[in-house]
Amino acid sequence: SHLHVLTISRITSFFSFGQSAEIDVVLTDAETRKKAEHKTEDGKKDKYFLFYDGETVAGKVNVTLKNPGKRLEHQGIKIEFVGQIELYYDRGNHHEFVSLVKDLARPGELTQSQTFDFEFTHVEKPYESYTGQNVKLRYFLRATVSRRLNDISKEMDIVVHTLSTYPELNSSIKMEVGIEDCLHIEFEYNKSKYHLKDVIVGKIYFLLVRIKIKHMEIDIIKRETTGTGPSVYHENDTIAKYEIMDGAPVRGESIPIRLFLAGYEMTPTMRDINKKFSVRYYLNLVLIDEEERRYFKQQEITLWRKGDVVRKSMSSQATIGAQRFEGSVSSESALEKAAREDSA
Amino acid sequence: MADTIADTRRLFSKPQNLNDAYGPPSNFLEIDVSNPETVGVGRTRFTTYEIRLKTNLPIFKLKESRVRRRYSDFQWLRGELERDSKVVVPPLPGKALSRQLPFRGDDGIFDDSFIEERRAGLEQFLNKVAGHPLAQNEPPVYTRPGPAPQPKALCSANGPALLRPQTLV
Repeated sequence: SHLHVLTISRITSFFSFGQSAEIDVVLTDAETRKKAEHKTEDGKKDKYFLFYDGETVAGKVNVTLKNPGKRLEHQGIKIEFVGQIELYYDRGNHHEFVSLVKDLARPGELTQSQTFDFEFTHVEKPYESYTGQNVKLRYFLRATVSRRLNDISKEMDIVVHTLSTYPELNSSIKMEVGIEDCLHIEFEYNKSKYHLKDVIVGKIYFLLVRIKIKHMEIDIIKRETTGTGPSVYHENDTIAKYEIMDGAPVRGESIPIRLFLAGYEMTPTMRDINKKFSVRYYLNLVLIDEEERRYFKQQEITLWRKGDVVRKSMSSQATIGAQRFEGSVSSESALEKAAREDSA
Repeated sequence: MADTIADTRRLFSKPQNLNDAYGPPSNFLEIDVSNPETVGVGRTRFTTYEIRLKTNLPIFKLKESRVRRRYSDFQWLRGELERDSKVVVPPLPGKALSRQLPFRGDDGIFDDSFIEERRAGLEQFLNKVAGHPLAQNEPPVYTRPGPAPQPKALCSANGPALLRPQTLV
């Protein structure tokens, strides 16, 4: 049943028998705005309008009277823009980090169906939308017709992506690890920060091999951390397992790694979001010997989301958003940098 | 305008030394358990197995050795490992107590097929233990008294954590 995931406002609009009016929210740029796929809590994928930090959210609220002859008395009509974090183990508490409201109508009466314009200008959307194992971060518009007994409301979810530009500093990861006198390897990954459609280029160099290795793989692990202090909870999920070597290596051999990230469902690294949760990614190098013993080395990598080619024809609204990107001082330098990268 | 194409060229690595590429591997370890022999008469009968070790691992004092050991010696070895290290030691083939009861139709613990089963299990056990990078370091665990005139060290000692996933440090 779906009832258990509905908030109070959704329940009132679900029971529409007593409803004398219907609300819907339509965005001004519904025809042109891109949609992005986002997983829902039950694992299904749906498409939602895609917004970036700093963009204006504007549209219309249509209130349609079911019985055109009958008046609708109300205690006010408003629209809210909300960004909230919901921890599944604490569903009653929604942590709102963005909460904007526009009053559309003072308490009164509607004698006929009516449309109200709204605009939330240059809205701050500091975090990316995220639906995970134990936590959900979402943004939505909520239009409400307040009434004495029960409100009529409608929610419209949107998806927010956080963009970054190429980081100024992106050192490679290079380390020598092993077990004394038995196995020494040097692993190297070309970067420490990868964008979601990047390629991990690396190598494993064998310095000493005194065990009989059968096979080597690299796994991508996603760790979702919720809670603080004593009640911290980690949820690990292996996103990918990629075999890089089959057979026994000897000293001096070097095994290449080339792992394309675009094929995997991942989000950008999210650190301590509103002090509520984190989503981090790790590369786990795993060697397996002939007796099925496993040897591993885990290394964190930072994932970030690169803006699309849209950069070149960015709307002025998104340009303002670009000022918040990592590594850029002004919107102009972000575009300059993007232009340099594109023609490189 | 096309997006920047990622550079996927391989990272540079030193070419491999030909000696390393074509020389003998440094992880040569062969352990065989074979030639079971039942010695003694009547109630004092017992079976010994020949353990042959050939290796080039530096941790083993002797690169080649051949000893005869019986099942209780293996039990002793396993006990030492379990006690002295933080080990999850692999299991030995069964004790077969039921085979030692009287009035059996077959030869009990001296039955050919049982001895073969036990031999294979002991071989597997030794390979798992001796091949383990940390268990190899256990203190003179393999130096045991026994029917052989001199104790022979199969491998030298001190280490933990058999069969748990090993973190590389």
